[in-house]
Amino acid sequence: MTTMSPVADDSARLAQFEARVAADESIEPKDWMPERYRSQLIRMMSQHAHSEVVGMLPEGNWITRAPSLRRKMILLAKVQDEGGHGLYIYCGTETLGVDRQELVQQLLDGKAKYSSIFNYPTLSWADMGAIGWLVDGAAIVNQTMLAKASYGPYARAMVRICKEENFHKRQGYEIMATLARGTPAQKAMAQESLNRWWWPSLMMFGPHDKDSSNSDELMKWGIKRKSNDELRQRFVNLTIAQVKAIDLTVPDPALRYDEATGNWITGPIDWDEFWRVVKGNGPCNRERIEARRRAHEDGAWVRAAAIAHAEKQQRNNRETTERQQ
Amino acid sequence: MTNPSREKSWPLWEVFSQGKDGAPHEHAGSVHATDAEHALQNARDVYARRNEGVSLWVVPSAAITASTPEDMGPFFDPANDKAYRHPQFYKVPKGVKVF
Amino acid sequence: MNTPLFEALLRLGDDRLVLGHRTSEWCGHAPILEEDIALANIALDHIGQANLLLGYAGTVEGAGRDQDALAYFRDAVEYRNALLCELPKGDFGVTIVRHFLHGVFSVLQWEALSQSTDPTIAGIAAKALKESKYHVRHCGEWVIRLGDGTDESHARAQAAVDQLWPYTGELFMQPADEASLVSAGVSADVSALEGAWRAQVSDVLRRATLTAPEGVWMQRGGREGRHTEHLGHMLAEMQIVARSHPGAQW
Repeated sequence: MTTMSPVADDSARLAQFEARVAADESIEPKDWMPERYRSQLIRMMSQHAHSEVVGMLPEGNWITRAPSLRRKMILLAKVQDEGGHGLYIYCGTETLGVDRQELVQQLLDGKAKYSSIFNYPTLSWADMGAIGWLVDGAAIVNQTMLAKASYGPYARAMVRICKEENFHKRQGYEIMATLARGTPAQKAMAQESLNRWWWPSLMMFGPHDKDSSNSDELMKWGIKRKSNDELRQRFVNLTIAQVKAIDLTVPDPALRYDEATGNWITGPIDWDEFWRVVKGNGPCNRERIEARRRAHEDGAWVRAAAIAHAEKQQRNNRETTERQQ
Repeated sequence: MTNPSREKSWPLWEVFSQGKDGAPHEHAGSVHATDAEHALQNARDVYARRNEGVSLWVVPSAAITASTPEDMGPFFDPANDKAYRHPQFYKVPKGVKVF
Repeated sequence: MNTPLFEALLRLGDDRLVLGHRTSEWCGHAPILEEDIALANIALDHIGQANLLLGYAGTVEGAGRDQDALAYFRDAVEYRNALLCELPKGDFGVTIVRHFLHGVFSVLQWEALSQSTDPTIAGIAAKALKESKYHVRHCGEWVIRLGDGTDESHARAQAAVDQLWPYTGELFMQPADEASLVSAGVSADVSALEGAWRAQVSDVLRRATLTAPEGVWMQRGGREGRHTEHLGHMLAEMQIVARSHPGAQW
């Protein structure tokens, strides 16, 4: 029997927990963790999983129109991967004692967030290039950091995802490069797409550090390892050279290179647009949730059939066993 | 009609995959499925898309018994001081190269 | 005038392209995440097979057309797939039952073609055989679960069988122009596959508590380019980008 009061017990455990995180130890499902750590993880991981699944829709929109068989296979495999990644992360979230069904329901009820980038429409084939290159490029910067997250199941899912996503960004950049050196119409298509996706991609890293409400806590607990602005800067620095290499232009007249820091400094991001989309008024928020809801409802009879069949089989097996006894 | 908010979940299964012939099966992740055959197929589609395995196991997650963090001391620390279990503990006369 | 070998390759390739395309329409919309991934794998296998078969068709034709020229720049009347493949994807029951019915046919066809005296065809068939065997396993298991699941799933699965059955006969109608290829051991006589197909399909339908319709009129025409109205719409969508930029690289 312990003589410590629950409060003293918890604060001792908290100190021990924070020491483990500080020492870069991995936190596993059965380890004690502060409730707030658990709830922040569930929030962040389920948002991440929802983003993967909703993220299938804008690109899925072009699978049936991909202009060559090779591109069709690549795109289908890529969108399939997003589904797989959603699945890995949902499973990781389930280790925290929540059910996937519950998380999916929160998404369908409009109670859960997902990455706002997927509330923008895909309007041309070039968008398949821009998304792979910029959106997956931004996601990789973020996920490379998350592969070192303190929660073991999240970090392990991220390691697998980062390995698989290597081809996503490359195939996107390859599409853009091919269009940029193609016919004048193709090059115009690529530039127009870059113009639309550039700013939303920068917004993917979230608000500036000074305006990011969850960041401090997530960093303290080792769920995030780098700040929004640090990650965004890293992405911009990587991407500008890639834009130049294929002779396209970033839609930012204020963009400049800072000799002192070696950073590319962008003009101001339109945070009004960011919050508008986050709050549900982006161009496709309603369509995206509606599409998920329809798939879920149309599939209800299928999921129910599998359960009913398994129950029948179990009943039959039990009866056979009883007869044999 | 199925009531979506009351819908029963498909059970969870843990997936173990063998990377190559002779290697041990290692935990790859989990899938949802209502029976073993479908769990195996889902594991194949989800965790072997890239030629990652030559063999798969699926186990209902509920069937796994795991040690707890509280077990860590009594389970694993007693093995710390039993150096005699390791071959390096024993001296071999000089000149014997292959043992 | 197309040579019989070119025509035979189009029949093989178009079945897989059209069916793969239909299946790819599910991506992001399947009943559960695990199945979304499974259907994408099936679609990828089919499009991959089409890619090889149409590529070889282009080589055989010798007119400078590659697989993309054949996929994206032929009109519906030039397509040679069976009608079964082009019907809209329908609900999950239709998708699964169709893959099962066509899959059992494919396994038998690939088994025969893996012995083809044409080494390219034999090679493609050997690879495709493994893929189709898995499709039959996956979709066959689903047919049993849907047929012997809930009342609703049983009704939907039976409706799918009833809807698709009239399109199965065409799979076994041996095109007259392939006779010389069959006797040379290049192509396989599909009419010889029907008995084995029936036995395997009946076995699964019985376990699924489903029944095959009897004495229905079998639709045909796809192998000669006389399609349903659905194919034109499917191709319009599939070909729009490629045809808007003729000669472009992607």
